Amino acid sequence: MDVRKSWLLVSIMALVLTVACGGGSEAPAESEPEAPAATAVDSATAGNITGTVILEGTPPEAETIRMNADPVCTQEAGDNTSTEYYIVGDDGSLSNVFVYVKEGLGNRSFPTPSEPVMLDQNGCRYTPHVFGIQVGQTLTVSNGDPTLHNIHATPANNAEFNTGQPIEGMTYDTEFESVEVMVPFKCDVHGWMNAYVGVLDHPYFGVSGNGGAFALNTLPPGDYTIEAWHEMLGTQTQNVTVGENETVEVSFTFTVN
Amino acid sequence: MASLHRFTIFVATATLLLITAGALVTSTDSGLAVPDWPNTYGHFMFSFPLSKMVGGILYEHGHRLIASAVGILMIGLAVWFSRVDGRRWVRYLAWVALGAVILQGTLGGVTVLYFLPTPISVAHAGLAQLVFCLTVALALFTSPSWHTGTAAPIADRMLGRLTIGTVAMVYVQVLVGAIMRHTGAGLAIPDFPLAFGHLVPPEWSWPIAIHFGHRVGAVLVTLAVIATAGHVLVHHRHRLELRRLAWLLIGLVTVQFTLGALTVLSERQVGINTAHVATGAALLATVVLLTLLVHRHRFTDVPLSNTSVALPETSAVGGS
Repeated sequence: MDVRKSWLLVSIMALVLTVACGGGSEAPAESEPEAPAATAVDSATAGNITGTVILEGTPPEAETIRMNADPVCTQEAGDNTSTEYYIVGDDGSLSNVFVYVKEGLGNRSFPTPSEPVMLDQNGCRYTPHVFGIQVGQTLTVSNGDPTLHNIHATPANNAEFNTGQPIEGMTYDTEFESVEVMVPFKCDVHGWMNAYVGVLDHPYFGVSGNGGAFALNTLPPGDYTIEAWHEMLGTQTQNVTVGENETVEVSFTFTVN
Repeated sequence: MASLHRFTIFVATATLLLITAGALVTSTDSGLAVPDWPNTYGHFMFSFPLSKMVGGILYEHGHRLIASAVGILMIGLAVWFSRVDGRRWVRYLAWVALGAVILQGTLGGVTVLYFLPTPISVAHAGLAQLVFCLTVALALFTSPSWHTGTAAPIADRMLGRLTIGTVAMVYVQVLVGAIMRHTGAGLAIPDFPLAFGHLVPPEWSWPIAIHFGHRVGAVLVTLAVIATAGHVLVHHRHRLELRRLAWLLIGLVTVQFTLGALTVLSERQVGINTAHVATGAALLATVVLLTLLVHRHRFTDVPLSNTSVALPETSAVGGS
Protein backbone atom coordinates (compact mmCIF):
# COMPACT_ATOMS: atom_id res chain seq x y z
CA MET A 1 0.00 0.00 0.00
CA ASP A 2 1.53 3.30 -1.06
CA VAL A 3 1.51 6.47 0.96
CA ARG A 4 -1.41 8.08 -0.90
CA LYS A 5 -3.64 5.06 -0.37
CA SER A 6 -2.73 4.99 3.29
CA TRP A 7 -3.68 8.64 3.69
CA LEU A 8 -6.92 8.01 1.83
CA LEU A 9 -7.81 5.11 4.12
CA VAL A 10 -7.05 7.12 7.23
CA SER A 11 -9.09 10.04 5.93
CA ILE A 12 -12.11 7.79 5.21
CA MET A 13 -11.92 6.26 8.71
CA ALA A 14 -11.68 9.70 10.27
CA LEU A 15 -14.72 10.82 8.28
CA VAL A 16 -16.72 7.75 9.33
CA LEU A 17 -15.79 8.26 12.96
CA THR A 18 -16.67 11.92 12.74
CA VAL A 19 -20.11 11.17 11.30
CA ALA A 20 -20.74 8.34 13.73
CA CYS A 21 -19.62 10.01 16.89
CA GLY A 22 -19.71 13.69 16.26
CA GLY A 23 -22.04 16.26 14.89
CA GLY A 24 -24.86 15.50 17.27
CA SER A 25 -26.65 17.93 19.40
CA GLU A 26 -24.75 19.63 22.10
CA ALA A 27 -25.49 16.91 24.64
CA PRO A 28 -24.28 17.87 28.07
CA ALA A 29 -21.57 15.72 29.46
CA GLU A 30 -22.89 13.20 31.96
CA SER A 31 -22.09 14.14 35.48
CA GLU A 32 -23.52 13.49 38.89
CA PRO A 33 -26.33 15.86 39.80
CA GLU A 34 -25.08 18.53 42.05
CA ALA A 35 -26.72 19.11 45.35
CA PRO A 36 -28.68 22.35 45.40
CA ALA A 37 -26.64 25.12 46.77
CA ALA A 38 -27.38 26.03 50.35
CA THR A 39 -29.58 29.08 50.60
CA ALA A 40 -28.20 31.73 52.86
CA VAL A 41 -30.71 33.19 55.28
CA ASP A 42 -30.53 36.95 55.48
CA SER A 43 -29.91 37.54 59.16
CA ALA A 44 -30.94 41.16 58.73
CA THR A 45 -34.53 40.15 58.05
CA ALA A 46 -34.73 36.79 59.84
CA GLY A 47 -37.26 36.25 62.56
CA ASN A 48 -37.72 33.80 65.40
CA ILE A 49 -40.34 31.56 66.88
CA THR A 50 -40.22 31.04 70.58
CA GLY A 51 -42.69 29.50 72.92
CA THR A 52 -43.57 27.04 75.60
CA VAL A 53 -45.23 23.69 75.83
CA ILE A 54 -47.83 23.17 78.54
CA LEU A 55 -49.47 20.03 79.81
CA GLU A 56 -53.04 20.19 81.08
CA GLY A 57 -54.29 17.43 83.32
CA THR A 58 -52.51 15.10 85.66
CA PRO A 59 -50.12 12.70 83.99
CA PRO A 60 -49.51 9.23 85.35
CA GLU A 61 -46.90 9.25 88.06
CA ALA A 62 -43.43 8.33 86.95
CA GLU A 63 -42.66 4.72 87.66
CA THR A 64 -39.46 3.44 89.16
CA ILE A 65 -37.50 1.42 86.66
CA ARG A 66 -36.25 -1.86 88.06
CA MET A 67 -32.68 -2.05 86.82
CA ASN A 68 -31.68 -5.10 88.80
CA ALA A 69 -31.36 -7.09 85.58
CA ASP A 70 -27.93 -5.46 85.41
CA PRO A 71 -26.23 -4.67 88.74
CA VAL A 72 -23.99 -2.14 87.01
CA CYS A 73 -27.05 -0.16 85.99
CA THR A 74 -28.38 -0.19 89.53
CA GLN A 75 -25.08 1.23 90.69
CA GLU A 76 -24.57 3.74 87.88
CA ALA A 77 -28.11 5.08 87.83
CA GLY A 78 -28.20 5.95 91.50
CA ASP A 79 -31.49 7.71 92.17
CA ASN A 80 -32.14 8.43 88.51
CA THR A 81 -34.50 5.55 88.01
CA SER A 82 -37.79 7.23 87.10
CA THR A 83 -39.47 6.84 83.74
CA GLU A 84 -39.18 9.87 81.45
CA TYR A 85 -42.54 9.73 79.70
CA TYR A 86 -43.81 12.95 81.28
CA ILE A 87 -41.33 15.52 82.54
CA VAL A 88 -43.63 18.21 83.91
CA GLY A 89 -42.70 21.30 85.90
CA ASP A 90 -44.69 22.72 88.79
CA ASP A 91 -46.20 25.27 86.39
CA GLY A 92 -47.38 22.55 84.02
CA SER A 93 -44.53 23.07 81.57
CA LEU A 94 -43.75 19.98 79.54
CA SER A 95 -40.22 18.97 78.61
CA ASN A 96 -38.93 16.61 75.93
CA VAL A 97 -41.29 17.89 73.24
CA PHE A 98 -39.70 18.06 69.80
CA VAL A 99 -40.80 21.23 68.01
CA TYR A 100 -39.90 21.82 64.38
CA VAL A 101 -40.81 23.50 61.15
CA LYS A 102 -42.86 20.98 59.27
CA GLU A 103 -43.74 23.06 56.21
CA GLY A 104 -43.00 26.47 54.81
CA LEU A 105 -39.33 26.46 53.92
CA GLY A 106 -40.06 25.76 50.26
CA ASN A 107 -37.10 24.65 48.20
CA ARG A 108 -34.52 26.16 50.45
CA SER A 109 -31.61 23.97 51.30
CA PHE A 110 -29.34 24.23 54.26
CA PRO A 111 -25.76 23.19 54.90
CA THR A 112 -25.14 20.06 56.91
CA PRO A 113 -23.42 20.97 60.17
CA SER A 114 -19.95 19.56 60.48
CA GLU A 115 -20.12 19.11 64.23
CA PRO A 116 -21.62 15.82 65.38
CA VAL A 117 -24.68 15.38 67.58
CA MET A 118 -23.86 13.42 70.71
CA LEU A 119 -26.02 10.68 72.23
CA ASP A 120 -24.61 9.29 75.43
CA GLN A 121 -25.51 6.19 77.39
CA ASN A 122 -24.96 7.06 80.99
CA GLY A 123 -26.46 5.45 84.06
CA CYS A 124 -28.20 3.08 81.65
CA ARG A 125 -30.21 5.97 80.23
CA TYR A 126 -29.96 7.80 76.93
CA THR A 127 -28.94 11.43 77.20
CA PRO A 128 -30.63 13.34 75.67
CA HIS A 129 -33.90 11.48 75.62
CA VAL A 130 -35.29 13.52 72.72
CA PHE A 131 -33.17 15.42 70.23
CA GLY A 132 -32.88 16.52 66.62
CA ILE A 133 -30.35 16.10 63.85
CA GLN A 134 -30.00 17.06 60.22
CA VAL A 135 -29.85 14.65 57.32
CA GLY A 136 -26.23 13.67 56.73
CA GLN A 137 -25.04 15.07 60.05
CA THR A 138 -22.92 12.74 62.13
CA LEU A 139 -24.52 11.18 65.18
CA THR A 140 -21.96 9.97 67.69
CA VAL A 141 -23.28 7.44 70.18
CA SER A 142 -21.02 6.82 73.14
CA ASN A 143 -21.09 4.34 75.97
CA GLY A 144 -20.39 6.04 79.27
CA ASP A 145 -21.31 3.00 81.32
CA PRO A 146 -19.04 0.21 82.55
CA THR A 147 -21.48 -2.28 81.07
CA LEU A 148 -22.47 -3.24 77.58
CA HIS A 149 -25.22 -1.71 75.52
CA ASN A 150 -26.62 -2.28 72.09
CA ILE A 151 -27.82 0.68 70.09
CA HIS A 152 -30.83 -0.32 68.08
CA ALA A 153 -32.48 2.27 65.86
CA THR A 154 -35.84 1.28 64.41
CA PRO A 155 -36.65 3.90 61.77
CA ALA A 156 -39.38 3.61 59.18
CA ASN A 157 -37.73 5.55 56.33
CA ASN A 158 -34.04 5.20 57.15
CA ALA A 159 -31.89 2.09 57.47
CA GLU A 160 -32.36 0.14 60.67
CA PHE A 161 -29.19 -0.62 62.57
CA ASN A 162 -28.22 -2.51 65.69
CA THR A 163 -24.70 -2.38 66.99
CA GLY A 164 -23.06 -3.39 70.23
CA GLN A 165 -20.88 -1.37 72.57
CA PRO A 166 -19.48 -3.86 75.07
CA ILE A 167 -16.78 -1.58 76.45
CA GLU A 168 -17.07 1.70 78.33
CA GLY A 169 -15.89 4.65 76.27
CA MET A 170 -16.70 3.13 72.89
CA THR A 171 -18.23 5.44 70.29
CA TYR A 172 -20.22 4.74 67.18
CA ASP A 173 -20.75 7.21 64.35
CA THR A 174 -23.69 7.08 62.02
CA GLU A 175 -25.94 9.37 60.00
CA PHE A 176 -29.42 9.37 58.55
CA GLU A 177 -30.19 9.72 54.86
CA SER A 178 -33.84 10.74 54.96
CA VAL A 179 -36.12 13.07 56.83
CA GLU A 180 -38.00 11.20 59.57
CA VAL A 181 -39.81 12.41 62.68
CA MET A 182 -39.13 10.50 64.91
CA VAL A 183 -36.59 7.67 64.80
CA PRO A 184 -36.80 5.53 67.96
CA PHE A 185 -33.72 4.16 69.66
CA LYS A 186 -33.72 1.33 72.15
CA CYS A 187 -31.34 -0.90 74.00
CA ASP A 188 -32.46 -4.52 73.89
CA VAL A 189 -30.13 -5.38 76.77
CA HIS A 190 -31.82 -2.88 79.06
CA GLY A 191 -35.41 -2.77 77.92
CA TRP A 192 -36.21 0.50 79.69
CA MET A 193 -33.68 2.52 77.65
CA ASN A 194 -35.20 4.47 74.80
CA ALA A 195 -34.66 7.74 72.97
CA TYR A 196 -36.03 9.55 69.94
CA VAL A 197 -34.35 11.63 67.27
CA GLY A 198 -36.06 13.89 64.76
CA VAL A 199 -34.23 13.88 61.42
CA LEU A 200 -34.76 16.99 59.29
CA ASP A 201 -33.24 18.61 56.23
CA HIS A 202 -33.09 22.02 57.91
CA PRO A 203 -31.89 23.40 61.24
CA TYR A 204 -35.24 24.72 62.53
CA PHE A 205 -36.01 22.39 65.37
CA GLY A 206 -35.72 22.33 69.12
CA VAL A 207 -36.68 20.36 72.18
CA SER A 208 -38.58 21.89 75.07
CA GLY A 209 -36.41 21.93 78.13
CA ASN A 210 -37.04 22.94 81.72
CA GLY A 211 -39.93 25.36 81.75
CA GLY A 212 -41.22 23.89 78.51
CA ALA A 213 -39.41 26.55 76.49
CA PHE A 214 -38.24 26.14 72.91
CA ALA A 215 -36.88 28.45 70.24
CA LEU A 216 -36.55 28.27 66.47
CA ASN A 217 -34.18 31.08 65.56
CA THR A 218 -33.07 32.84 62.37
CA LEU A 219 -36.06 31.87 60.29
CA PRO A 220 -36.62 33.54 56.93
CA PRO A 221 -39.82 35.58 56.98
CA GLY A 222 -42.75 33.51 55.79
CA ASP A 223 -45.69 31.27 56.62
CA TYR A 224 -44.89 28.09 58.48
CA THR A 225 -46.51 25.00 59.87
CA ILE A 226 -44.97 24.19 63.22
CA GLU A 227 -45.38 20.76 64.73
CA ALA A 228 -44.83 19.65 68.31
CA TRP A 229 -44.26 15.96 69.01
CA HIS A 230 -44.41 14.16 72.34
CA GLU A 231 -43.66 10.47 72.77
CA MET A 232 -46.88 9.72 74.65
CA LEU A 233 -49.19 12.50 73.53
CA GLY A 234 -48.64 12.52 69.77
CA THR A 235 -48.43 15.67 67.67
CA GLN A 236 -49.98 19.11 67.38
CA THR A 237 -49.53 21.62 64.57
CA GLN A 238 -49.99 25.36 64.28
CA ASN A 239 -49.71 27.77 61.37
CA VAL A 240 -47.45 30.69 62.11
CA THR A 241 -46.50 33.76 60.08
CA VAL A 242 -43.09 35.25 60.76
CA GLY A 243 -42.48 38.78 59.57
CA GLU A 244 -39.15 40.51 59.03
CA ASN A 245 -37.20 40.70 62.28
CA GLU A 246 -40.25 39.48 64.11
CA THR A 247 -40.22 37.13 67.06
CA VAL A 248 -43.45 35.19 67.23
CA GLU A 249 -44.65 33.62 70.45
CA VAL A 250 -46.27 30.20 70.07
CA SER A 251 -47.49 27.90 72.77
CA PHE A 252 -48.62 24.31 72.53
CA THR A 253 -50.96 22.79 75.07
CA PHE A 254 -51.20 19.04 75.35
CA THR A 255 -53.92 17.41 77.40
CA VAL A 256 -53.70 14.20 79.33
CA ASN A 257 -56.71 12.45 80.77
CA MET B 1 -30.90 -49.73 72.38
CA ALA B 2 -32.08 -48.91 75.89
CA SER B 3 -29.24 -46.43 76.32
CA LEU B 4 -30.02 -44.85 72.99
CA HIS B 5 -33.66 -44.59 74.01
CA ARG B 6 -32.74 -42.82 77.24
CA PHE B 7 -30.35 -40.53 75.40
CA THR B 8 -33.06 -39.68 72.87
CA ILE B 9 -35.44 -38.79 75.67
CA PHE B 10 -32.71 -36.57 77.11
CA VAL B 11 -32.25 -34.84 73.75
CA ALA B 12 -36.00 -34.36 73.40
CA THR B 13 -36.12 -32.81 76.88
CA ALA B 14 -33.22 -30.53 75.99
CA THR B 15 -35.06 -29.50 72.84
CA LEU B 16 -38.14 -28.57 74.86
CA LEU B 17 -35.87 -26.57 77.17
CA LEU B 18 -34.46 -24.84 74.08
CA ILE B 19 -37.96 -23.93 72.88
CA THR B 20 -38.73 -22.56 76.34
CA ALA B 21 -35.54 -20.50 76.27
CA GLY B 22 -36.50 -19.19 72.83
CA ALA B 23 -39.93 -18.26 74.11
CA LEU B 24 -38.25 -16.42 76.96
CA VAL B 25 -36.25 -14.42 74.41
CA THR B 26 -39.36 -13.27 72.59
CA SER B 27 -41.37 -12.78 75.78
CA THR B 28 -38.71 -10.41 77.11
CA ASP B 29 -38.18 -8.77 73.72
CA SER B 30 -34.51 -9.66 73.89
CA GLY B 31 -34.09 -11.02 70.38
CA LEU B 32 -31.66 -8.29 69.39
CA ALA B 33 -29.89 -7.88 72.72
CA VAL B 34 -26.87 -9.49 71.08
CA PRO B 35 -26.49 -7.66 67.79
CA ASP B 36 -23.86 -9.90 66.20
CA TRP B 37 -23.92 -13.56 65.20
CA PRO B 38 -22.37 -16.11 65.45
CA ASN B 39 -20.16 -14.11 67.82
CA THR B 40 -21.48 -12.40 70.93
CA TYR B 41 -20.29 -8.80 71.23
CA GLY B 42 -17.19 -9.83 69.33
CA HIS B 43 -16.46 -12.80 71.60
CA PHE B 44 -16.43 -16.38 70.42
CA MET B 45 -19.75 -17.67 71.66
CA PHE B 46 -18.35 -19.98 74.32
CA SER B 47 -15.82 -17.47 75.65
CA PHE B 48 -18.32 -14.69 76.34
CA PRO B 49 -17.89 -13.78 80.02
CA LEU B 50 -20.70 -15.00 82.25
CA SER B 51 -20.45 -11.75 84.20
CA LYS B 52 -21.65 -9.88 81.11
CA MET B 53 -24.76 -11.99 80.69
CA VAL B 54 -27.04 -9.24 81.94
CA GLY B 55 -30.45 -7.97 80.94
CA GLY B 56 -31.59 -9.19 77.55
CA ILE B 57 -28.20 -10.80 76.88
CA LEU B 58 -28.93 -13.39 79.55
CA TYR B 59 -31.92 -14.62 77.55
CA GLU B 60 -30.52 -14.28 74.03
CA HIS B 61 -27.03 -15.59 74.73
CA GLY B 62 -28.45 -18.26 77.04
CA HIS B 63 -30.69 -19.37 74.19
CA ARG B 64 -27.69 -19.57 71.88
CA LEU B 65 -25.70 -21.64 74.38
CA ILE B 66 -28.56 -24.09 74.89
CA ALA B 67 -29.03 -24.26 71.12
CA SER B 68 -25.37 -25.10 70.68
CA ALA B 69 -25.64 -27.82 73.29
CA VAL B 70 -28.70 -29.27 71.55
CA GLY B 71 -26.82 -29.16 68.25
CA ILE B 72 -23.95 -31.13 69.75
CA LEU B 73 -26.37 -33.59 71.33
CA MET B 74 -28.10 -34.00 68.00
CA ILE B 75 -24.82 -34.80 66.27
CA GLY B 76 -24.22 -37.48 68.88
CA LEU B 77 -27.74 -38.74 68.37
CA ALA B 78 -27.38 -39.04 64.60
CA VAL B 79 -24.04 -40.82 64.88
CA TRP B 80 -25.36 -43.16 67.55
CA PHE B 81 -28.40 -44.05 65.47
CA SER B 82 -26.17 -44.71 62.47
CA ARG B 83 -24.07 -47.15 64.45
CA VAL B 84 -26.75 -48.91 66.45
CA ASP B 85 -30.16 -48.82 64.80
CA GLY B 86 -30.74 -51.36 62.08
CA ARG B 87 -33.70 -49.55 60.58
CA ARG B 88 -32.64 -47.40 57.66
CA TRP B 89 -35.63 -45.04 57.86
CA VAL B 90 -34.98 -44.35 61.54
CA ARG B 91 -31.34 -43.60 60.80
CA TYR B 92 -32.45 -41.20 58.07
CA LEU B 93 -34.86 -39.59 60.49
CA ALA B 94 -32.06 -38.96 62.97
CA TRP B 95 -29.98 -37.27 60.28
CA VAL B 96 -33.01 -35.25 59.18
CA ALA B 97 -33.35 -34.07 62.78
CA LEU B 98 -29.69 -33.03 62.78
CA GLY B 99 -30.13 -31.20 59.46
CA ALA B 100 -33.21 -29.47 60.84
CA VAL B 101 -31.27 -28.30 63.90
CA ILE B 102 -28.50 -26.90 61.70
CA LEU B 103 -31.07 -25.11 59.56
CA GLN B 104 -32.73 -23.91 62.73
CA GLY B 105 -29.50 -22.40 64.02
CA THR B 106 -28.93 -20.69 60.68
CA LEU B 107 -32.43 -19.22 60.75
CA GLY B 108 -31.75 -17.97 64.25
CA GLY B 109 -28.61 -16.22 63.09
CA VAL B 110 -30.21 -14.76 59.98
CA THR B 111 -33.15 -13.38 61.91
CA VAL B 112 -30.76 -11.57 64.27
CA LEU B 113 -28.63 -10.15 61.47
CA TYR B 114 -31.69 -8.88 59.60
CA PHE B 115 -33.47 -7.42 62.64
CA LEU B 116 -36.06 -10.15 63.17
CA PRO B 117 -37.93 -10.22 59.85
CA THR B 118 -41.29 -11.85 60.52
CA PRO B 119 -41.07 -14.66 57.92
CA ILE B 120 -37.66 -15.78 59.19
CA SER B 121 -38.64 -15.53 62.84
CA VAL B 122 -41.85 -17.47 62.22
CA ALA B 123 -39.93 -20.11 60.27
CA HIS B 124 -37.49 -20.32 63.19
CA ALA B 125 -40.38 -20.86 65.59
CA GLY B 126 -42.17 -23.35 63.35
CA LEU B 127 -39.08 -25.42 62.63
CA ALA B 128 -38.31 -25.58 66.35
CA GLN B 129 -41.58 -27.40 66.90
CA LEU B 130 -40.79 -29.85 64.11
CA VAL B 131 -37.37 -30.57 65.57
CA PHE B 132 -38.96 -31.26 68.94
CA CYS B 133 -41.52 -33.58 67.34
CA LEU B 134 -38.73 -35.41 65.51
CA THR B 135 -36.83 -36.04 68.72
CA VAL B 136 -39.99 -37.20 70.48
CA ALA B 137 -40.77 -39.52 67.57
CA LEU B 138 -37.23 -40.91 67.70
CA ALA B 139 -37.69 -41.54 71.41
CA LEU B 140 -40.86 -43.45 70.63
CA PHE B 141 -39.22 -45.46 67.86
CA THR B 142 -36.45 -46.55 70.23
CA SER B 143 -38.77 -47.40 73.09
CA PRO B 144 -38.85 -51.08 74.05
CA SER B 145 -42.61 -51.23 73.61
CA TRP B 146 -42.34 -49.99 70.03
CA HIS B 147 -39.33 -52.07 69.21
CA THR B 148 -40.35 -55.41 70.60
CA GLY B 149 -44.06 -55.21 71.19
CA THR B 150 -46.72 -56.55 68.96
CA ALA B 151 -48.79 -53.88 67.35
CA ALA B 152 -52.39 -54.80 67.25
CA PRO B 153 -53.76 -52.83 64.30
CA ILE B 154 -56.30 -50.28 65.30
CA ALA B 155 -59.13 -50.87 62.91
CA ASP B 156 -60.49 -47.40 63.39
CA ARG B 157 -60.27 -45.19 60.35
CA MET B 158 -62.11 -42.44 62.18
CA LEU B 159 -59.43 -42.26 64.87
CA GLY B 160 -56.73 -42.36 62.23
CA ARG B 161 -58.22 -39.33 60.52
CA LEU B 162 -58.94 -37.56 63.78
CA THR B 163 -55.35 -37.81 64.96
CA ILE B 164 -53.86 -36.61 61.69
CA GLY B 165 -56.37 -33.79 61.50
CA THR B 166 -55.60 -32.77 65.08
CA VAL B 167 -51.87 -32.76 64.43
CA ALA B 168 -52.41 -30.48 61.44
CA MET B 169 -54.68 -28.16 63.40
CA VAL B 170 -52.34 -27.89 66.36
CA TYR B 171 -49.38 -27.15 64.11
CA VAL B 172 -51.28 -24.49 62.16
CA GLN B 173 -52.32 -22.99 65.49
CA VAL B 174 -48.67 -22.96 66.59
CA LEU B 175 -47.73 -21.14 63.39
CA VAL B 176 -50.53 -18.59 63.79
CA GLY B 177 -49.35 -18.07 67.36
CA ALA B 178 -45.81 -17.53 66.10
CA ILE B 179 -47.02 -14.95 63.57
CA MET B 180 -48.93 -13.20 66.33
CA ARG B 181 -45.90 -13.22 68.59
CA HIS B 182 -43.48 -11.98 65.95
CA THR B 183 -45.77 -9.22 64.69
CA GLY B 184 -46.40 -7.88 68.17
CA ALA B 185 -50.11 -8.70 68.00
CA GLY B 186 -50.27 -10.48 71.33
CA LEU B 187 -52.37 -7.74 72.89
CA ALA B 188 -54.07 -6.50 69.73
CA ILE B 189 -57.31 -7.56 71.42
CA PRO B 190 -56.81 -6.49 75.02
CA ASP B 191 -59.83 -8.12 76.65
CA PHE B 192 -60.82 -11.74 77.17
CA PRO B 193 -63.01 -13.69 76.56
CA LEU B 194 -64.71 -10.94 74.54
CA ALA B 195 -62.99 -8.89 71.86
CA PHE B 196 -63.42 -5.16 72.53
CA GLY B 197 -66.56 -6.10 74.42
CA HIS B 198 -68.01 -8.08 71.52
CA LEU B 199 -67.99 -11.67 70.38
CA VAL B 200 -66.41 -10.55 67.12
CA PRO B 201 -64.13 -7.51 66.95
CA PRO B 202 -66.09 -4.45 65.80
CA GLU B 203 -63.08 -3.18 63.86
CA TRP B 204 -60.34 -4.96 62.01
CA SER B 205 -56.67 -4.58 61.31
CA TRP B 206 -53.96 -7.08 60.53
CA PRO B 207 -52.88 -7.48 64.19
CA ILE B 208 -56.50 -7.83 65.31
CA ALA B 209 -57.19 -10.37 62.57
CA ILE B 210 -54.19 -12.53 63.42
CA HIS B 211 -54.95 -12.32 67.13
CA PHE B 212 -58.61 -13.19 66.64
CA GLY B 213 -57.57 -15.99 64.28
CA HIS B 214 -55.44 -17.45 67.06
CA ARG B 215 -58.39 -17.31 69.46
CA VAL B 216 -60.70 -19.02 66.97
CA GLY B 217 -57.93 -21.55 66.36
CA ALA B 218 -57.70 -22.18 70.08
CA VAL B 219 -61.38 -23.09 70.22
CA LEU B 220 -61.10 -25.35 67.17
CA VAL B 221 -57.97 -27.06 68.49
CA THR B 222 -59.58 -27.60 71.87
CA LEU B 223 -62.62 -29.18 70.23
CA ALA B 224 -60.42 -31.34 68.00
CA VAL B 225 -58.30 -32.51 70.92
CA ILE B 226 -61.36 -33.29 73.03
CA ALA B 227 -62.93 -35.16 70.11
CA THR B 228 -59.78 -37.20 69.55
CA ALA B 229 -59.16 -37.90 73.21
CA GLY B 230 -62.82 -38.63 73.80
CA HIS B 231 -62.87 -41.05 70.92
CA VAL B 232 -59.90 -42.89 72.39
CA LEU B 233 -61.43 -43.00 75.87
CA VAL B 234 -64.75 -44.27 74.57
CA HIS B 235 -63.67 -46.72 71.90
CA HIS B 236 -60.15 -47.76 72.92
CA ARG B 237 -60.15 -47.51 76.69
CA HIS B 238 -58.57 -50.96 76.92
CA ARG B 239 -55.43 -49.62 75.24
CA LEU B 240 -53.46 -48.20 78.13
CA GLU B 241 -50.86 -46.42 76.01
CA LEU B 242 -53.59 -44.59 74.07
CA ARG B 243 -55.64 -43.87 77.13
CA ARG B 244 -52.72 -42.27 78.94
CA LEU B 245 -52.01 -40.00 76.01
CA ALA B 246 -55.68 -39.09 75.72
CA TRP B 247 -55.79 -37.93 79.34
CA LEU B 248 -52.49 -36.12 78.90
CA LEU B 249 -53.92 -34.35 75.87
CA ILE B 250 -57.00 -33.23 77.76
CA GLY B 251 -54.81 -31.92 80.56
CA LEU B 252 -52.44 -30.11 78.23
CA VAL B 253 -55.12 -28.47 76.13
CA THR B 254 -56.86 -27.28 79.31
CA VAL B 255 -53.64 -25.79 80.63
CA GLN B 256 -52.81 -24.31 77.24
CA PHE B 257 -56.20 -22.64 76.83
CA THR B 258 -55.92 -21.21 80.34
CA LEU B 259 -52.41 -19.94 79.71
CA GLY B 260 -53.56 -18.28 76.49
CA ALA B 261 -56.30 -16.44 78.36
CA LEU B 262 -53.92 -15.48 81.17
CA THR B 263 -51.37 -14.21 78.66
CA VAL B 264 -53.88 -11.59 77.54
CA LEU B 265 -55.26 -10.84 80.99
CA SER B 266 -51.77 -10.48 82.48
CA GLU B 267 -50.68 -8.28 79.57
CA ARG B 268 -48.12 -10.82 78.41
CA GLN B 269 -46.52 -11.55 81.76
CA VAL B 270 -43.19 -13.13 80.88
CA GLY B 271 -43.59 -16.40 82.79
CA ILE B 272 -47.12 -17.04 81.53
CA ASN B 273 -46.28 -16.05 77.98
CA THR B 274 -43.28 -18.38 77.96
CA ALA B 275 -45.20 -21.26 79.48
CA HIS B 276 -47.84 -20.84 76.77
CA VAL B 277 -45.24 -21.57 74.07
CA ALA B 278 -43.72 -24.51 75.96
CA THR B 279 -47.11 -26.07 76.63
CA GLY B 280 -48.03 -25.63 72.98
CA ALA B 281 -44.94 -27.60 72.04
CA ALA B 282 -45.80 -30.32 74.54
CA LEU B 283 -49.35 -30.48 73.19
CA LEU B 284 -48.16 -30.82 69.61
CA ALA B 285 -45.65 -33.53 70.52
CA THR B 286 -48.29 -35.45 72.46
CA VAL B 287 -50.69 -35.41 69.52
CA VAL B 288 -47.86 -36.58 67.29
CA LEU B 289 -47.14 -39.45 69.71
CA LEU B 290 -50.79 -40.48 69.72
CA THR B 291 -50.93 -40.30 65.94
CA LEU B 292 -47.85 -42.48 65.56
CA LEU B 293 -49.27 -45.04 67.95
CA VAL B 294 -52.61 -45.11 66.18
CA HIS B 295 -50.84 -45.60 62.85
CA ARG B 296 -48.25 -47.90 64.33
CA HIS B 297 -49.23 -50.87 62.22
CA ARG B 298 -48.17 -48.96 59.11
CA PHE B 299 -44.53 -49.01 60.14
CA THR B 300 -42.54 -51.85 58.59
CA ASP B 301 -40.39 -52.51 61.63
CA VAL B 302 -43.27 -53.44 63.88
CA PRO B 303 -44.35 -57.07 64.05
CA LEU B 304 -48.06 -57.26 63.51
CA SER B 305 -50.58 -59.45 65.19
CA ASN B 306 -53.57 -60.68 63.27
CA THR B 307 -56.15 -59.46 65.65
CA SER B 308 -56.86 -56.08 67.09
CA VAL B 309 -56.41 -57.23 70.64
CA ALA B 310 -55.31 -54.91 73.35
CA LEU B 311 -51.65 -54.55 74.06
CA PRO B 312 -50.39 -55.64 77.44
CA GLU B 313 -50.72 -52.98 80.08
CA THR B 314 -46.94 -52.67 80.24
CA SER B 315 -46.60 -51.46 76.67
CA ALA B 316 -46.96 -47.79 77.43
CA VAL B 317 -45.28 -45.18 75.30
CA GLY B 318 -41.62 -45.08 76.01
CA GLY B 319 -42.19 -47.74 78.61
CA SER B 320 -39.39 -49.74 80.09
